[in-house]
Amino acid sequence: MAEWKEEVTRVAGTDLAIIKGGRGKPLLVLHEELGHPGWLNWHDALAEERTLIIPIQPGMGNSPRVDDIRTVHQLGLFYGWVLRDLGLAPIDVIGFSFGAWTAAEMATANAGQFRKMVLVAPMGIRPPEGEIMDIFCVTIGSQLNATVYDRDATPEFNSLYGGGERSASRMEAFEDARAETARLAWEPILNNPSLPYLLQGVRNLPVQLIWGREDRVVPVSAAAAYQKALANTEVRVAVFDHCGHRPEIEQREQFLKTVREFLA
Amino acid sequence: MFIMYFTERPYREVPEEEIIRSRSFFGTPNQYFDREVGARLYNEYLDEAVYAEELGFDGVMLNEHHGTPFCMGGVMDVEAAILARITRKVRIVLLGNPLPIVKNPVRLAEELATIDLISHGRLVPGWVRGAGSEQVFHNANPAYNREYFNEAHDLVLACWTRPGPFRWEGKHFTYRFVNPWTLPYQKPRPPIWIPGIISGETVTWCAERKYPYIGLGTSLHLTVDLWNLYGKVAAEHGYQAGSENFGYLQQVHLADTEEEAQEQGKAALFGGGGANFSRPEWTLPPGYNSKEANRRLFQSQSDYGFLGITSETLKRSREEESPEERARRRAEKRQADTRHRLARGEIGIEEAKAKILANYGKAQAGFQIIIGTPKSVLPKLKLIMEVLRPGVLGLFQAQGPLTKEQRLNSMRLMGQEILPELREYAKELGIVDPFEREPGSRPFVVGTKYEPLVDWEALKRAPKRDESIRV
Repeated sequence: MAEWKEEVTRVAGTDLAIIKGGRGKPLLVLHEELGHPGWLNWHDALAEERTLIIPIQPGMGNSPRVDDIRTVHQLGLFYGWVLRDLGLAPIDVIGFSFGAWTAAEMATANAGQFRKMVLVAPMGIRPPEGEIMDIFCVTIGSQLNATVYDRDATPEFNSLYGGGERSASRMEAFEDARAETARLAWEPILNNPSLPYLLQGVRNLPVQLIWGREDRVVPVSAAAAYQKALANTEVRVAVFDHCGHRPEIEQREQFLKTVREFLA
Repeated sequence: MFIMYFTERPYREVPEEEIIRSRSFFGTPNQYFDREVGARLYNEYLDEAVYAEELGFDGVMLNEHHGTPFCMGGVMDVEAAILARITRKVRIVLLGNPLPIVKNPVRLAEELATIDLISHGRLVPGWVRGAGSEQVFHNANPAYNREYFNEAHDLVLACWTRPGPFRWEGKHFTYRFVNPWTLPYQKPRPPIWIPGIISGETVTWCAERKYPYIGLGTSLHLTVDLWNLYGKVAAEHGYQAGSENFGYLQQVHLADTEEEAQEQGKAALFGGGGANFSRPEWTLPPGYNSKEANRRLFQSQSDYGFLGITSETLKRSREEESPEERARRRAEKRQADTRHRLARGEIGIEEAKAKILANYGKAQAGFQIIIGTPKSVLPKLKLIMEVLRPGVLGLFQAQGPLTKEQRLNSMRLMGQEILPELREYAKELGIVDPFEREPGSRPFVVGTKYEPLVDWEALKRAPKRDESIRV
């Protein structure tokens, strides 16, 4: 397993916990809405050739909340500030779900801070068919269960967030993450109506969209909406079969192949 | 002593099966709402308030909930405005307006001032954060629940007490011209009471502002701690708290004989009672609890049920149960769970109802509800008065599908047999209410003895409550 460690850095006017692991060119990883799900097999695989840099979103884990960040777009501006001050831009980025939405917002503000962008089942745009799951009105258990298409066929599901142990500290961490996600994205429900327009301004940034065909959190129809919005830059779309909202653990080999080819 | 009548104004003709199956009053599809029933019930409840006045109650209390047959008070201020006109003496106690879901606090200030004016100063407003389900129903971001509460509170008070026009630029509310023409009848402002369940944060907030705190049927053993917390904060703020700072709400049902009372009182467990008010995912939406409250929740050993976490589960997780054992235990639990068995068709709805009713005795033993004839009910109410010494007592009409006649008879017995006795007893105990003595009006001098707020000896005679049972 690749070496990784978490350190708290003073940057952009706040303390920010950042997990760093692997070797090679840096790759920014923006985690999902329940926080960083733990170091998984796909992290390990990519860490062979890339240095993964995973900031823990303010308000989650060991990163304190920043009250003045009140929207996902502002969160994106904050990360842009972090990248600049840590000397990381331009950088490749991969974002998951809420983190992918954040990456898209960052691209609308300054596409030049990224070299290439991978968005895995991003929230942020209302899908033309179906709805983004209202994660704020279900239990954490139901939410997690909905993220995969076939739990039995996804052994790594049981490794998420420390292996499913429902300890008091784990539950608190979940609640912190849910509260922070709600604070930023309760309304409109996990999307930004201005995002499709603003994404038209993105140029010279290759984008790879990855989606599970059976995604129950963000319906795959949103892939077309993203593709349409990113009309002025190069976009590739990969849709995996027998796959829900977590292609990185549900169809790991396919996922790694797609990401590696794109980032090469 | 101030004694008030309260009812949730339940929609009493909803199919019980629907509520039990979905484990929740909140979210019961509104296809089960019948306009004729609704029209009749709203008028019945207004009539009940008038009857309460005739019976000698000092106040009628209203509350507000949304999207649920549990309580029809979705627009409580409209009911209050009608009562302002059709009653003459009773105070109209609103416990309370859920501030975080009020998107327009200036409008709320105007509404309440209107009620206070029409009633010639009989309004007692109160504020609540609203149940979790209310945040869902009115789409109020639960992560900002306390911030909305605090700012809306400050803005309503500013509307009433700060000369207009003025500009308000808060974090969540912006008004360029605050100058409500209609101001409350009572000066400097109407008295404010705050209801609560068991929240130390709310009690502290009340004590800092000298707002009487009304415990909503909370267990006596936990409530005494809250009273003492209030007293401690009051002392820090330089005043002696007393019975004028406290109130208590108790669910009661009376009938002419014990047999009738016991049979009728089962209605309180209709649909699972308060335990089925809403599902866990609606009760605690993200950010609704403070970090501290969450920490207490997850560390406590109580059998709370959120995400299936029970004290047993927590204990087992600490004992490093293997994943296989955990999976097996969870499967067994699911197998035995009444709701899952109901869904699988292994048991019928009658069996599910019977299981709910199995708690009826325990609910009475712990005073979640007090049921009986005046003769058997009075000693219990007197014990509550002895332990808590509340200046305000709310008698809460039992929930569920009681008939109109049963409800009115229970009220009659309250008025004729209970009220006079309680008033006499309050005099004996030296209990005064917030109108007899202004809350916070007695200074506390550091170094002197602080008057006790509860009776510890009486508490020894009070029953312990099974907290897992909610009515």
